[in-house]
Amino acid sequence: MRGAGRAAIAAPHLRTDRWWLQPAVTFAGLLAFIVYSTWRAFANADYYAAPYVSPFYSPCLAENCAPMKGGPNWEIFGSWWGLSPALLILIFPLGFRLTCYYYRKAYYRGFWASPPACAVAEPHKTYTGETRFPLILQNMHRYFFYAAVPVAGILTYDTVLAFRDEDYEWGHMGLGTLVFLVNIVLIWAYTLSCHSCRHIVGGKLKHFSKHPVRYRMWQWIGKLNARHMLLAWASLISVALADFYVYLVASGVFDDPRLF
Amino acid sequence: MTTVERQQWDVVVVGAGGAGLRAAIEAREQGARTAVICKSLFGKAHTVMAEGGIAASMGNVNDGDNWQVHFRDTMRGGKFLNQWRMAELHAQEAPDRVWELETWGALFDRTKDGRISQRNFGGHEYPRLAHVGDRTGLELIRTLQQKIVSLQQEDFKQLGDYEAGLKVFQECTVTRILKDDVDGKVAGVFCYERESGRFFVIEAPTVILATGGIGKSFKVTSNSWEYTGDGHALALLAGAPLLNMEFVQFHPTGMVWPPSVKGILVTESVRGDGGVLRNSEGKRFMFDYIPDVFKEKYAESEEEGDRWYEDPDRNRRPPELLPRDEVARAINSEVKAGRGSPHGGVFLDVSSRMPADVIRRRLPSMYHQFKELADVDITAEAMEVGPTCHYVMGGIAVESDTAAALGVPGLYAAGEVAGGMHGSNRLGGNSLSDLLVFGRRAGLHAAQYAASVAENRPVVEEAQIDLAAAEALRPFSAEGPDESLVEGGPVPAGGRPAENPYTLHQELQQTMNDLVGIIRREEEMSQALKKLADLRVRARRAGVEGHRQFNPGWHLALDLRNMLLVSECIARSALERTESRGGHTREDFPGMDRAWRRVNLLCQLADPTGGLAATDPVRGQIRLVRKETEPIRPDLLALFEKEELVKYLAEEELFE
Amino acid sequence: MSTAASTAYEAHFKVWRGDTDGGGLEDFEVEVNDGEVVLDIIHRLQATQAPDLAVRWNCKAGKCGSCSAEINGRPRLMCMTRMSTFSREETITVTPLRAFPVVRDLVTDVGFNYTKAREVPSFVPPQGLGPGEYRMMQEDVDRSQEFRKCIECFLCQDTCHVVRDHEENKGAFAGPRFLMRVAELDMHPLDEAAEQGLDRKRTAQDEHGLGYCNITKCCTEVCPEGIKITDNALIPLKERAVDRKYDPLVWLGNKIRRRTES
Repeated sequence: MRGAGRAAIAAPHLRTDRWWLQPAVTFAGLLAFIVYSTWRAFANADYYAAPYVSPFYSPCLAENCAPMKGGPNWEIFGSWWGLSPALLILIFPLGFRLTCYYYRKAYYRGFWASPPACAVAEPHKTYTGETRFPLILQNMHRYFFYAAVPVAGILTYDTVLAFRDEDYEWGHMGLGTLVFLVNIVLIWAYTLSCHSCRHIVGGKLKHFSKHPVRYRMWQWIGKLNARHMLLAWASLISVALADFYVYLVASGVFDDPRLF
Repeated sequence: MTTVERQQWDVVVVGAGGAGLRAAIEAREQGARTAVICKSLFGKAHTVMAEGGIAASMGNVNDGDNWQVHFRDTMRGGKFLNQWRMAELHAQEAPDRVWELETWGALFDRTKDGRISQRNFGGHEYPRLAHVGDRTGLELIRTLQQKIVSLQQEDFKQLGDYEAGLKVFQECTVTRILKDDVDGKVAGVFCYERESGRFFVIEAPTVILATGGIGKSFKVTSNSWEYTGDGHALALLAGAPLLNMEFVQFHPTGMVWPPSVKGILVTESVRGDGGVLRNSEGKRFMFDYIPDVFKEKYAESEEEGDRWYEDPDRNRRPPELLPRDEVARAINSEVKAGRGSPHGGVFLDVSSRMPADVIRRRLPSMYHQFKELADVDITAEAMEVGPTCHYVMGGIAVESDTAAALGVPGLYAAGEVAGGMHGSNRLGGNSLSDLLVFGRRAGLHAAQYAASVAENRPVVEEAQIDLAAAEALRPFSAEGPDESLVEGGPVPAGGRPAENPYTLHQELQQTMNDLVGIIRREEEMSQALKKLADLRVRARRAGVEGHRQFNPGWHLALDLRNMLLVSECIARSALERTESRGGHTREDFPGMDRAWRRVNLLCQLADPTGGLAATDPVRGQIRLVRKETEPIRPDLLALFEKEELVKYLAEEELFE
Repeated sequence: MSTAASTAYEAHFKVWRGDTDGGGLEDFEVEVNDGEVVLDIIHRLQATQAPDLAVRWNCKAGKCGSCSAEINGRPRLMCMTRMSTFSREETITVTPLRAFPVVRDLVTDVGFNYTKAREVPSFVPPQGLGPGEYRMMQEDVDRSQEFRKCIECFLCQDTCHVVRDHEENKGAFAGPRFLMRVAELDMHPLDEAAEQGLDRKRTAQDEHGLGYCNITKCCTEVCPEGIKITDNALIPLKERAVDRKYDPLVWLGNKIRRRTES
């Protein structure tokens, strides 16, 4: 780390605060989600309990999907697909979050220690950042955003379907419906607050004054964008909770309390 | 004995604030190879502290504005002591100088129709100050800095060297202007590099001084460490006179608490945007302090003053926006009368006048400054403010059109270091425009002069360099017998103990603050002169430890010479001028005297041989000369009403 | 508002002293008064204990960006770090910026930044518009104005691990401050670089090393002006580079409509 002529200070850092706390919490939080979601994605079970489908399994695109009346399961992939159908669709939200500007910060710091915290030396000998393969692919974030929008649309559809009861009668709500509602609001807020979205909507313009509508949308998204980190975590937790709720109901641990 | 590096340039600019950089740009564009020398890093000059704006009668907000109105306001603000030709040029050229900044990339705040927005300020009849929030000085410096970089990029493209035509010597200090022994023309400058302590000489036929002000001679000041009057002293030592040094502006609103930030500026925009001054009884006391000369122009009631912000055409402005000298004196009187705030200031309140988000948007750095430094939320509570030494109206006497210093061919001065433009009191916003207008003029004329002597460049004699080097090294030998010491290394102090330069500086600041401050009395100033003489003798023994690499103690010891010279100028002129006018207030002569209007006080070195700083404690270093000012041109006088002129001008001037 | 009940105390300081040949932390016991900032304490050390202690400072009001240093390991302005943020028992460590060569004590050679400043092509004024004819709307200048609040304290350049931890990257990487300068110019409503054949979106990546930035946001964290460097300058700049180089929709659109100008 020492460059020519720098002040001779041997310590890798002189911070006296608990700088390690944030990366540690990030690491733990993300790791917990990875463990949980890996288990659930590969489980290929307990992901449907009418009228709720786990967001990990929606849309369900293989023949081996559980039948869901009215649900987004299209058999695009034939019978040859024997693995969990979650794997087919999780690629997209996973890619969206993996290339997200916030999550990049989080895992570069928490997992890769590059850097672990500000003004704390990183342990790597060399560093090329996002200039070359594979990290140059982070520039793909925009495509994952394009893909994340329809995925969020389908989850919205799932939430609408959640206004049925287990006999597919419309006009009912259960506790699960509320869980889905909260989740979808957070998913949308996270998706729209994305930096790429902010750019596409208005950030790329040179003259806001010539595009008043896009300017207003840019401002609005900018306000959401300021809370991107918060929304990233909130939606990550909510999506896991929504899945876990379906799991609990589907595996019969408990019955979805019906509100009406 | 000393081998000092010499470099040849056409124009040397000392100082890299607004005036220096503008001068350098102009000189370079005129084809002169230009060197800029600055004490700080490039882009850190004191100009960044300017907050309110640049006064220029562009008429973007009120189209009634034009240069004549601006000229009138400037003369009124300066109580007609201004070099009127400078005030005229300044008012005429300021708009062009502002517009030019836009073509270099400056981004001012905008009006609804996309032009440069302009704001109200004390003493200006119309909204006139082009601004960027409350960080206009930063925008100005950054724009000029980036323009210089762009010129360097051009040179790089053509010549392969960024610094072929324009070079900035960062963190270097000039200690002497060198002159040709034969004809007394400027021949170059003697400098040291702060980082290494290395000496070097720049040979150049022209030197532009743009070193700013003198505030560091006072204890409570809004000025940064650089403001040690270097340019003033360099000019004096080179044989050029200083003009009207008694006029020192105390800005009415500086922070008063905590002690460590006492003096830091609270921008006038706070009042321009609606902030009001109250005493401890909650009274808006400024209504009691409107002087007769301004009676018709200012509101008589709070209601009228408040209406003015919305409807300036049918109401008169509130007295919080009187020129700075008036407000500063009023605050001083309130505090003296026991109606001050807990920490010895008065209250400046915006919190009850504007919604919090408007305050944060319009006064972002003020909000930040109070939050960070004083833990005060200005959107919720009043600020405590008091006068702080802010600006010196006096300075190097220059020719109005060319910015050439009197009596020393090849020497120019622009910006705060030059005198005359602002008369006895400067209006807010006129300083940044002054930098640009006269910075450009200095650069232009210096480049022309340099070209005219290109064939016959003045010569720097080795002896002068040796003298300058010996003077600069003196603090290391602090009264030790051996003055021949040259290259670095700590020296055991011989004989008497050396003086601590920091202590000397503190005593100087206390003296000037207490005895030659905002309100002045004869006995106190005489006392100050005695104290200054004593300090001068002690400063000869100022000694430093350590070596020459970036040694702040040494730098201060060298700056002391300059501060002492300038302080004596201020004290002597202030003692001489037996009237009160603008930034000079005599308790024993409280009235403005029309006879004094025509008198300019010039300070000159008592020992014009210009050797090392004088050592005789009894005789001062400074001699005063009275010089009558030129009559104001009739067409300019015609811009004023007769009734107004009789308040300032003597009978015979009116009928000339 | 705190009241001025005089509450002076002795604080423990460790200040790095030395030069390129080496140095170390020196201990000081020094008086601290109500309302003071770290720079006041450094000045007191100069005036009373270490007259040749080298420190760079200027305005002492957070406006010039000269007194950058690292206090308890964090890059900060000394003039804006109030002593009241530390407990009285705490030892306060002050070192020079660690990403730049040291000159002496707390003063570093920040020449790297001036070199980088020169490498960013300047504002290109619009042809056919004279001085005084510029018309720009406030909403169009807002973004660049935020970046122009920069006081060039270089704390972001110091904290950025790309150069702080990897000296070898200094050649290729302009650093947050100067990538932000590129963004400022690219967002300037009247900059005509593109018309003159200079594509700032592309050069940001190709010449100023935008790709090195891994948006870990330390620059934003240390900025004393509160500029949202990462969210408002660097990420938008990355997105603009994506427009140019990685977005097939945009590429296709450009093929069809030649160049879009908005």
